[in-house]
Amino acid sequence: MQRLNVGTALGVGFGLVALSGAGPAQSAGTVEVLHWWTSGGEARAVGELKASFEEQGGTWIDSPIAGGGGDAAMTALRARVVAGNPPTAVQLKGPGIHEWAAEGVLADVDDVAMRDGWNDVLPPALAEIMQYEGRYVAAPVNIHRVDWIWANPDLLEEVGAEMPTSWEEFNATAESLMEAGITPLAHGGQPWQDATIFEVVVLGLGGADFYRQALVDLDMDALQSDTMIAVFDQMRIMRGFVDPGFSGRDWNLATSMVMNGEAAFQIMGDWAKGEFLAAGQVPGEDFLCAPAPGQAFILNTDSFAFFEVSGDDRIEGQQVLAGLIMSPEFQRSFNLAKGSIPARVDVSLEEFDMCAQQSQADLTAAIEADTLVPSMAHEMAVPRSVRGEFLDVVTEHFNSDMSSEEAVEQLVSAIERSL
Amino acid sequence: MARPSVWLARVRRVDVWLPKVVVAPSFAASLFFVYGFIAWTVYISFTGSRMMPNYDLAGLAQYERLWNTPRWFVALENLFIFGVLFMVICLVIGIVLAILLDQRIRAEGVLRTIYLYPMALSFIVTGTAWKWILNPTLGLEKLMHDIGFTSFEFAWLVDRDMAIYTVVIAGVWQSSGYVMALFLAGLRSIDDEIIKAAAIEGAGPWRTYVGIVLPMLRPVFLSAFIVLAHLAIKSFDLVVALTAGGPGIATDLPATFMYSYAFQRSELGLAAASAVMMLITIMAIIVPYLYSELRSERK
Repeated sequence: MQRLNVGTALGVGFGLVALSGAGPAQSAGTVEVLHWWTSGGEARAVGELKASFEEQGGTWIDSPIAGGGGDAAMTALRARVVAGNPPTAVQLKGPGIHEWAAEGVLADVDDVAMRDGWNDVLPPALAEIMQYEGRYVAAPVNIHRVDWIWANPDLLEEVGAEMPTSWEEFNATAESLMEAGITPLAHGGQPWQDATIFEVVVLGLGGADFYRQALVDLDMDALQSDTMIAVFDQMRIMRGFVDPGFSGRDWNLATSMVMNGEAAFQIMGDWAKGEFLAAGQVPGEDFLCAPAPGQAFILNTDSFAFFEVSGDDRIEGQQVLAGLIMSPEFQRSFNLAKGSIPARVDVSLEEFDMCAQQSQADLTAAIEADTLVPSMAHEMAVPRSVRGEFLDVVTEHFNSDMSSEEAVEQLVSAIERSL
Repeated sequence: MARPSVWLARVRRVDVWLPKVVVAPSFAASLFFVYGFIAWTVYISFTGSRMMPNYDLAGLAQYERLWNTPRWFVALENLFIFGVLFMVICLVIGIVLAILLDQRIRAEGVLRTIYLYPMALSFIVTGTAWKWILNPTLGLEKLMHDIGFTSFEFAWLVDRDMAIYTVVIAGVWQSSGYVMALFLAGLRSIDDEIIKAAAIEGAGPWRTYVGIVLPMLRPVFLSAFIVLAHLAIKSFDLVVALTAGGPGIATDLPATFMYSYAFQRSELGLAAASAVMMLITIMAIIVPYLYSELRSERK
């Protein structure tokens, strides 16, 4: 009896959804979502998605796998896929989506994408990452900008400095901060953080085209160029600006150094803003945000990839989830919780803070000028194996007295090896 | 009279098959979960697996890549430094503590517990605690500065040339008490008569220990060495908690190398190759040991 009811409800639900697009249906199927958003703000953000999915009458099975960076989640995912029981949607990013798609285990949600016109509202660089062989296999939930400089205004005032607009200015300001006995740069010495600074410097010194050649296309000439040597020279200078206890520090501890006036700058993506806001600080007054030198935009995004599942109930849930993730309401509420900006460029940012608004203005400008580039350090540009080689060389250079020429040489042979 | 003998024969037969039945499940489990997976890892190391296991053989390609990776050499060099220092220092401290405790001192039980206590902590706890103690802006160095010794400097943890030695410090702190316990048990098992005889012959305590007691503890040395050697080679949690392989990749060990390539970089094949290299290293130590043990038993 009960079985019959569920079946009927499903049938009706399916009909309704099919007829009305995404109206308040009786049932929206079942989804199982595998993610590693387990920290405070992240969990709240994913709760938004769960709530809106359940509002549609669907069943949400949450599969959070703790462990930053998602290594544990990826191991679990591999086991699930090998066992033939993949989750409905998985938090995946960048080339990782393509790697899984190439294994033939992703389902496409192209029908939903065409119906809702994803092509018109996503930045082209982002849309490309979400597609495999021309069909959407993933949906982005947000856009993080990586090339930000965060600063403590009181400390800058002490040495009479403004937010730097070029690396020379940055170096000069940092020198005067050092003379005043202030640590110029708050930094955590983890390989991905070193790589974050590295790619921001690559963009600042080489520009968007060079960035693309070197860190996206892995062009050997670009990797061996004098510009790359200059990048490592700048990294060596930056090494002098960090305090002695930087090794192994988490990024949020570095952020709190800026917050507490222990250091003047931090170079970090806009998830750092979440920390400032969570501490009740106001952008523009208690902390400053400014794009790093380079006149471009390094893109990092979180997205959900859809796996091949069986059963009408689950396929139904997948389609509904895909539509939900890309709905303007969800994109707004999710990103207010996470600190990033919506992946859709047509969502109004009135409720967002000034840093987010600037982020969106710069994003639009970058799309027009074709200077939107994917982040290497945050797994948007190259496969994990190649990214790992970058991280090794960058962090080895940063933590030793290796010369810039040697670093470039090592980088070239490491990239060749990983291909 | 026939019945009891049949019954007895049956019992005797139970005697034959029961142990086999009892042992069979665990034998099958270890055959599958240990040796089966070892075989699987060896196979994977000969394939071109990247993100997902791929069963097409690719010859020695992964081993070639492994031995062309500078980071692997860093890991090996670190294993050598860490392994040798860890084993030697643990043995020396363990033996000295054991000999001192062996002097029938008062409160021996309490002291023994104190020395053995670090062994009760997991390497993760040890690593985290020492990470705080050795952090220059948080621990020892700050403490010394705060009480007035401003010229005191101890920043090994963040110095890439010295960081591996901080791993040695934490490892020795953890394991030397265990070595002490092993040796103390060994010392206690030596017949007092021998020591008395040595004393009557006029041998001082130094000569007694070096010339007579320690040579008699050869088997204890061997077990301590084996335990320490495999601890060193499979060392993973200590490094992860203490330095996370950093600064940079300065404290990478083969185990952390393997983890990082398998789970962070989607290089399953290369990681399997490095795991096989670790297995070979351990076998190079264990097999001669087993061989000598078995041979001496046969005698």
